[in-house]
Parts: sequence; structure tokens; C-alpha cells
Amino acid sequence: MTALNLKLTLGPILFFWSRDEVFKFYEEAAGWPLDTIYLGEAVCSRRQQLRTSDWITLAHQLADAGKDVVLSCQALLESESDLKRLRKLVENGRVRLEVNDLGAAKLARESGIPFVAGTHMNVYNSSTLALMQRLGAYRWLPPVEMDRSTLAAILATQPELETEVFAWGRLPLAFSARCFTARHYNLKKDDCQFKCLDYPDGLQLATREGAGFLSINGIQTMSDGCHALLPHLAEMDAMGVTAVRVSPQSAHTAEVVAAFSAVIAGTQSANASMESLKGKHAGEAVDGYWCGTAGIINTGDTLHASA
Amino acid sequence: MPKLPELVCPAGSLPALKTAIDHGADAVYMGLKNETNARNFAGLNFDEKSATAGIRYAHDKGRKVLMAINTFAQGVDISRWQRAVDQAADLGVDAVILADLGLMDYASRRHPNLRLHMSVQSSATNYEAVNLARDLFGVQRAVLPRVLTLDQVGHVIRHTDVEIEVFGFGSLCVMVEGRCLLSSYATGESPNTHGVCSPAKFVRWEQNGNTTSARLNDILIDQYGQNEPAGYPTLCKGRFEVQGDTYYALEEPTSLNVLEMLPQIIDIGVSAIKVEGRQRSPAYVAQVAKTLREAIDTAGREMQRFSVKPAWQAALGKLAEGQQQTLGAYNRPWK
Repeated sequence: MTALNLKLTLGPILFFWSRDEVFKFYEEAAGWPLDTIYLGEAVCSRRQQLRTSDWITLAHQLADAGKDVVLSCQALLESESDLKRLRKLVENGRVRLEVNDLGAAKLARESGIPFVAGTHMNVYNSSTLALMQRLGAYRWLPPVEMDRSTLAAILATQPELETEVFAWGRLPLAFSARCFTARHYNLKKDDCQFKCLDYPDGLQLATREGAGFLSINGIQTMSDGCHALLPHLAEMDAMGVTAVRVSPQSAHTAEVVAAFSAVIAGTQSANASMESLKGKHAGEAVDGYWCGTAGIINTGDTLHASA
Repeated sequence: MPKLPELVCPAGSLPALKTAIDHGADAVYMGLKNETNARNFAGLNFDEKSATAGIRYAHDKGRKVLMAINTFAQGVDISRWQRAVDQAADLGVDAVILADLGLMDYASRRHPNLRLHMSVQSSATNYEAVNLARDLFGVQRAVLPRVLTLDQVGHVIRHTDVEIEVFGFGSLCVMVEGRCLLSSYATGESPNTHGVCSPAKFVRWEQNGNTTSARLNDILIDQYGQNEPAGYPTLCKGRFEVQGDTYYALEEPTSLNVLEMLPQIIDIGVSAIKVEGRQRSPAYVAQVAKTLREAIDTAGREMQRFSVKPAWQAALGKLAEGQQQTLGAYNRPWK
């Protein structure tokens, strides 16, 4: 086992957790072996347990503690109040942004703030990546559906940006104007009673045969399976990926981070690490997207894991 | 009379294109026979010869042809997408409808006189996004995803000089266009990567006694009893189980229909109304084009006095998916 030249990041919390849980989570996360912490409300404008100013304060506190911090912007921006919150983030004066919408890219560019182009920016090719860099991106995440051979081809052109891969957690697959959690309760979105608080890892949507398929997270639809790319880190390192992202879950995130960290440090094999996380994530482990097939598939491909 | 929005109709084939023009479309949109467009279905779309004939037919009648090159170029070799843009320019289309920012960049540099429309697949849901595409590439029109209320559409229009096009009729995507990977999660192929959603080659029908099951890459999307009409297993429109309830957890099989909102759509200054359905038959195109032409013209004349004629509703009702219709996100309670 050799050490890998990968940074480890923590993505924003994609679910709706209570204010106390969020603060507790970041208090702990501050002690984890992470290179970058992303935070902010990236999914739903109705989730206001923390206001935008709270997120900014929290980000500044973590930055004061010596962490590299990035504020993640909401992906679906519809109303003027969505844009108002976005402007607040842009004007935070200190911490960089992860943009997930073109409008956010416009504001970051105009303010001269370097940004991370998130998975929802739809960068599928090297021309669009070069454009992102011209707009001010210093790091990018490929769409989660991009397979390793497409990414390897793009990285072979040696882009100057850092490349981060979404490597762990339920996959963010779709956004809608409609809230599916509210729909489940026959509630209107404007009167959703914040039911998402009851589902800190999403609400399972299964087939009529009872097989887990998707997961409802308010206006976001996610995979039921847990995207688990731990067995593929050596391969990522070899192709020029610079960072891997763990997406927060309501329990065991610390262990997931520890497992990634151990594989990156070369102190534990990928297989042993995967084994140690059994039963510590929602849904089945899947890696189909990375391997060039349906995202729902667990390929069992650990060919490169022993490197 | 207020300025009427253009009626933009789908043309999956040359006969559909001619039919749309003959029945009142101001413009048609079409794609090439490959993965550069988001209706990359077998038997659909245009080669150079049929595209040339279609463009001549439309231009002879003073109508426009828009070419959709609205998937995302993949990887490093993006020459197919660039060639499609070159081809569109050579053919003399009135505009290209692009989704990929890198491709917009290419088009604006290589063909500065080619009119650019921002595809719905670009997921521009706010005026800042639209204005960025204008500033960078000179985009002249943006097609909005089907997620905004009518008020929000008006708000975008008031904050940009880019023309705004909205969907008016056809199968409804419940997800933000360009940001839905459900199809590739189930099958490996999505609108963004392959120009397809819930592709037919992955569909399998199973008969078991009186029950018909519709599967997509083995995943059960829905089951139908003997007297239930079975629909195509578009994966967001199946019935699933959530906490023991079996229902259309994401969306019913339904079509968007904005007839009753036409006066407001005209009033807020929408530049074009788009009809979904390049995969549908010329007969569908004829009926929708004719009905919407009449309805838009009547709404423009009558405005506040406008009411939807039952005959229009009946004509469109027959063409609607699952024979159900909705105002979708334009009407807040839908959300």
C-alpha cells in the first residue's frame, strides 16, 4: 500500500437537520482529518434552521480554526429571495464559494471571487472546463454520472484546475420545483411542515417489489444506494484527481472520513476499509457510474484497489 | 393587439415539419440523427438532405427552423458537437438551441452571425444565469425549465433583454431539465450524456396472469391490472412504494397544458411558446399546432375576455399523456 496524493473534503449537508445537530456535526468535523469543509444550504430555500448569516458565521469560525472552508450555494435558484441569499454569500468577504448554478457563477465572477464549479454545473468536456476556469473556477467536480474513462481523458489534457470527485454518499440525482416529501404527506410545498427534518438521510422510494431505488429529499431526488468509490481511490490518484468528497450522513460520517483518510495515507487497504464501513451507510454500496454503467449497479470492481 | 409569442413546434421528421408549418407554427425545431440532440431516438430526426428540404419548405412560407444541439459534448473529442453547429450554420437554420456552455463558446466564436438560443437543458432558472449567457456568448433567447411559477417567469422577463421561451404543451418533465440523472442511474444513459430518457432498449414488458409489469433495465417502474391502461415506463412517472404507500411518488403520467393561462403569458411578454414532442407523430403535431395557433390568436385578440374553447381542450386532452393535463409549476399548488 502506498500513500495517495489526494485531498479529502466534506461536502455540504444535503439533508435537513436541526440547528443543534448541524452545530454538533461541525464541532466534531473540525477535528476530522479533512482538507476542505463545504457548508451551506444547497438544496431547499425553505430550510432555515440556519439562516444564511448563520452559515457565514459558522464558515468564518471554521476558517478561524485553520480549516479550508467553502460556502456551497443553493443549486436551484428560482425567486428573487433565492438570489438575495446568494448575494449575501458572495459578499461574505472571506470564504470562497461552491457554485451550482450559472447565476451564482455570474455573481462570483463579477465579484472576482475564485469558485468551485460543483457537480450540477454540467461540465462534461474539456472546452466547458476551460470556460469555467476563465470565469474564475479554481476547482471543479465532474457530474456524478461521468465515468472514469471520460474523466481520465479530460484530465489527460492537464487542466490547471483542481479536480474533486464525489466519492461517498447518496447521489444527488435530480432537482424539481416540486417537493416530493410534502407530496408524500399530501401537503403543499409552501406548507410542508418541514417534514424533511424527520428524514435525516432521505425518505426511501422503493419499487413495488420492495427493492430500494431512490431516496426523496424534499425537492431533490437521490439514489437509495450509497455511492462508494473507496475501492477506486488509487485509480483516481493515478489519473490526476486531486480531491475526493465525502457527503455527510446522519451517523458514522466520522468513520467514513477515517476510512478514506486511512486509504489515502496508505495505512489501510481499500478492501479492509470498505469492510469496516459495512452497515454504516444507507442503502447498498454502488459504483456503477464510475465504472461506466448504470449508477445503481455495484460492479464489485476492486481491480485497482490493491495498488 | 399585444405582440404574440411565437408558436414553436416539434419536428421529429420532414413530414412532421411540413405539417407543423401548414398548421400554423411560426417556427419548428429539429435535431440531427445522432447523440447531439436530446431526442436521439431510432427513426427520428434529420439528415442533411431532409434538413435542407425542411428548411427550404419553412423559409418559402416565411417560417423559421431552429436546430436543437442540446446534449452535452462528452470528454475531449467534442468534434461531433462542433460539426453539428457548423452544419447548422451551413444549412442556414435561423438559430441553434444549445445546452453546453463550451459549445456556446465555440458557436459564438466560429459563427458570430449564428443566432443562439439557450436550451432548457442549460437549466437557466433565473435572470442572472440567462444574463451570463448573454454577456458571454450573445445568447438571444433562453428556454426556461418547467419549474417557475408564472410570476417568476415574469420576473425573469423584467430583468433581462434576452427573449424568453416557455413550454406550453406536451409531456411534463417534473425535474429541472439538464439536472436530472435518474435515467442514467437506472440505465447508464441520460438526456445529458446520450440524449435519451428511460430509453426503449432497456424497457421490458412482462405478463404474469392478469398483471402487466413494465421494467426499465430490470427495475420495476409500474404494474398494471387487467383494466388499467399501461403507459410507457418513463421512470419518474411510475408507481413506487414510500413508507408502505404505493402511488405516483414523483409525478403522474400527465401533460402540461397552458391554454387557460395564455392571456397572462402574452401579457408578461413571453416571446415564444414551445410544444414538446419531437418523438410524436405528424398527426399529433398537426392537432397541437392548429389548436394552439387558434388559441394564441384568440387570446391575443380577447385578452381578459378570453376563455378556453371546449373543443380545444378536447383536442389536446386526447393527445395528453395518460389523458391528464396540468398547469404544472406555473400554478403554485402543483409544487
